This record gives sequence, C-alpha cells and structure tokens, in this order.
Amino acid sequence: MADRIRVNPITCEAHGMCAELLPEMITLDDWGYPIVDGRPVPRELVEHARRAVKSCPKFALLIEDKRD
Amino acid sequence: MSENGSSGGLPRLLAGISPSGALTFDQHLEIHGELPVSRRRERNGSAALIDQIERAGLLGRGGASFPTALKLRAVASARGRPVVVINAAEGEPASLKDRTLIQSLPHLALDGATVAAAALGAEEIILCVGSRRSVFDSAAQAIGERQQLLGSSPRLRLAQVPDRYVSGQESALVNHLNGGEAKPTFTPPMPFQSGVRGCPTLVSNAETFAHIGLIARHGPEWFRSIGTASQPGSALVTLTGPLAYPGVYEIEHGTSLASLIDAAGGLSSRVSAVLCGGYSGVWIDGGQLDALSLSNEDLAPYGGSLGPGVVLLLSEQACPVSETARLARWLASESTRQCGPCIHGLDTIATVIERVRVAKGERGSGQHLARLVSMTRGRGACAHPDGAVNVLASAFEVFSEEFVSHSRYGRCEACELPPELPYPGVRQARADTLVPAG
Repeated sequence: MADRIRVNPITCEAHGMCAELLPEMITLDDWGYPIVDGRPVPRELVEHARRAVKSCPKFALLIEDKRD
Repeated sequence: MSENGSSGGLPRLLAGISPSGALTFDQHLEIHGELPVSRRRERNGSAALIDQIERAGLLGRGGASFPTALKLRAVASARGRPVVVINAAEGEPASLKDRTLIQSLPHLALDGATVAAAALGAEEIILCVGSRRSVFDSAAQAIGERQQLLGSSPRLRLAQVPDRYVSGQESALVNHLNGGEAKPTFTPPMPFQSGVRGCPTLVSNAETFAHIGLIARHGPEWFRSIGTASQPGSALVTLTGPLAYPGVYEIEHGTSLASLIDAAGGLSSRVSAVLCGGYSGVWIDGGQLDALSLSNEDLAPYGGSLGPGVVLLLSEQACPVSETARLARWLASESTRQCGPCIHGLDTIATVIERVRVAKGERGSGQHLARLVSMTRGRGACAHPDGAVNVLASAFEVFSEEFVSHSRYGRCEACELPPELPYPGVRQARADTLVPAG
C-alpha cells in the first residue's frame, strides 16, 4: 500500500499553496501549476502532505491510496 | 462485390459497400448472415461472448488498442444495469473510417452493440455521431429499420456530439450524454464504473463494435485467421496523401504500407514522412516507407502505433515546418481549456514553433521546446496534451534539418502552399474520396 499525491488538473487554479507546504514533492511549472513527483509519500512527509491537501483552496490536491 | 461470408479473407467490414448509399438491414443480413443473439439472458450468456472476444484477441479501434474483452468484463462486473455507447464521434481530422462505417454500413456497429448489450444485460444503446448530415441520416434510418423489425429491446438512441477533437474521449462523451459539456472529466470514476446516468457504461469505437458483430457470427478462430498474433484481424485505415485514390481501406494487420499504397493507385509524388496514428501519433521518416508494416508491433520501434487507423503521407513538396506549426496551433486550439498545463503548454509550444518557422526564435529554441514538451506531458485530465506533445516531438526529430534551416533563414517557398494535413472546415490540398477496397 502506498499513498501518492495527485492533482486534479481541472480544478487546480495554480494558487501554489501545495508547493510551499510540500516542496520536497511538489514544484511549480512555468505557469504556476504543480508538478508532483510520482513517488509514494514517505512516512516523514505524510503530515506535510495532509496539510498541503487541506490547504488547497480548490480542493485540487488528493492523496490516493494506490496499490501497486 | 465479394461476399466472403465465413471464408475469413478480405473484405470483412467493407464487404458489399456501395458508393450509392447505405446498405439496408436486409442487404446487410444477406452479406453477413443472421446475427446470433440470444434472447434469453442466460447467466453465462455474457461470459460466452466475452470469452469469444477474448479468444479473438480484439483490441479497441478508437486509438488506444485496449483489449475489448477486458473492458467488457469491467462493465459486466460493475454494479447496476449497463448502458452501451457506440463511439463514432471521430474527432480525429485525418480519420474517416467511423463516418464511413456509419454512413455506408450502419448495421455492422449496431449488430456488435446489440450482442454486447444482450451479453451485458443492457437495455439501451446510444450511437454517437458527429454533425455530418449524411452520417446522422444514415444512422437514423438504420435505427428506424431495426426498431421496426426487431422491436424496442434494446432501445436504440442517436446522439450528436460536437465536432471537436476531444469530444470522442470516453469521459467527455459520457459527460455530454449526461447533459454536460463534451469535455473530459477527472477520473476515476471511469465510464465502466459510473457512466451514462451513473450506470456502468461500455464506450467503444464504432469499428470495434463492427468486429464484435462479426466475431459473434463467425467465432474467434475466423477472426484470428488473418492479422498478426498480437493484433489479429483486419482494420480500417484512412490513407491520405499524394495518391490516386486516398480514402478508407480495410487491411490485414501486419500488411505492408507499400501494398496499401499500391491499392490506392500508387504515389503521385515522393513522400518526405509518414504520420501514423493520427494527430496524436508519430511521424516516421519517408526513407522508411518501404520497410513499414501496419501493425502496432511493427510500428513500435518507431515509437508509433496504428492508433485509430490513420496513415498520412506528406509529400516532398510540403513544408514540414509549416505543417507542424499549423498542427501545433490547431492542437492548442482543441484544448478544452480545463487544465492549466494543457492550455499554457500547447499554446506556448505553438508560439515557439511559429517563431522558429519565421526565424524569430530565441537562441536555444530547440531546448526550450524539449523542456516545454516534458513539462506538458502527462499533466492533463485526459490524454490530449500527451498525444499533442508526442506528435510534435516526433516532428522535431524527423524534420530536424528543416527546423534548423527555418530557424536560420525563415519562411521557405513551400510555406505558401495550402496545408496537406486535413483540418475540419479547411479546404484541403486534396479531396478525400471513399474507395471500397480490400
């Protein structure tokens, strides 16, 4: 079981909160939209990841439980 | 007109096609025989058809080559009564096969949808077409005929879809049928989980259903008797280019491009490159023309696939940089403008290409484009940005000399020629003619 971060690109409006709260895993592209590295969220970042998810004003950031 | 019945050769789908109009239900049955559709909905009925399709090895013909049996199983195992959707929206400008099927041979896809609906326990079939009048009318006529002869189970419905590139994307189609815009939605849920009215929905390409109807009649061994091991059966291919008879052909998977070109009356000019798989496919250097065979396996070494069966030959006269610049701008304009990276990425790429074309590019435009391509790829809710950057990236590679020359010297004489790549509503350099051929 691995939790992964995913962006809903339709609802995302490039507020950029996620990249500030989780810079270890999220960077911004030239237009301010988040680029998420695809790796599973490491244990030490889980709290930061949850905070980033909660802080997105568009609820566009998700933590998905992907079994693979 | 060959009526091959169950011999297994070609033509299969295009048997009996006539330039003078659609085949009636009677004519269709005369060519293909009765459709074995079980009226009793046995518990194992669905499994039997799906097993047949699995053994046939049928892959979806909308472009992704997804195994049809897997899709059917996913719908069959979802909760609720399924809906069956025939996708003939065909937003791909270089493809004419689905409109050809519905316009000339409408009962093929309806047969496949009928047996699929029976197997899944669906009571409703929705046929989605674009705005072309002749296609819509033929579909309406065929549905009318069947309702008169077969009654109203399953219900057949006709829906018109906006003529946009992305309209035929599964989630966009479902969203449209649910009263929303024909724009992709964020998945999951996938249509097989929750589609039309929230029901599990089988969305498949019109040609895929046409093959299902024939597999139900003749069985998987018949289907596999031509084609390749990994891609059995025949396929419809839209062939465009400097040819005597461009149009829709039925080929056996794995057949050589050279033999298809022969069937189309041969080349009237040399070819600089081949676009395989349509506007989300890849360009392959024209020097490979004689070595190319038409199957996903054969095209994989070039990074390509047959996609929705599109093969476009670019003549040596055309300016590939102009063609790429136009294609990039068109792909950007076909973004449904929902996802930021698609909106900005495709727009910026199109702008940079145009600057390079007229020698106004910045130093390092090549690296800039490569960076934009990787920044855009994989970042939309649907695969439009991915397909768009893939086809453009292959153009940068195959036409690298021409791009360098344009970046230095700007416009060339061939820039003024009319486009060879077809776009909806744009007059083309060549008219497309429909040629029934095997």
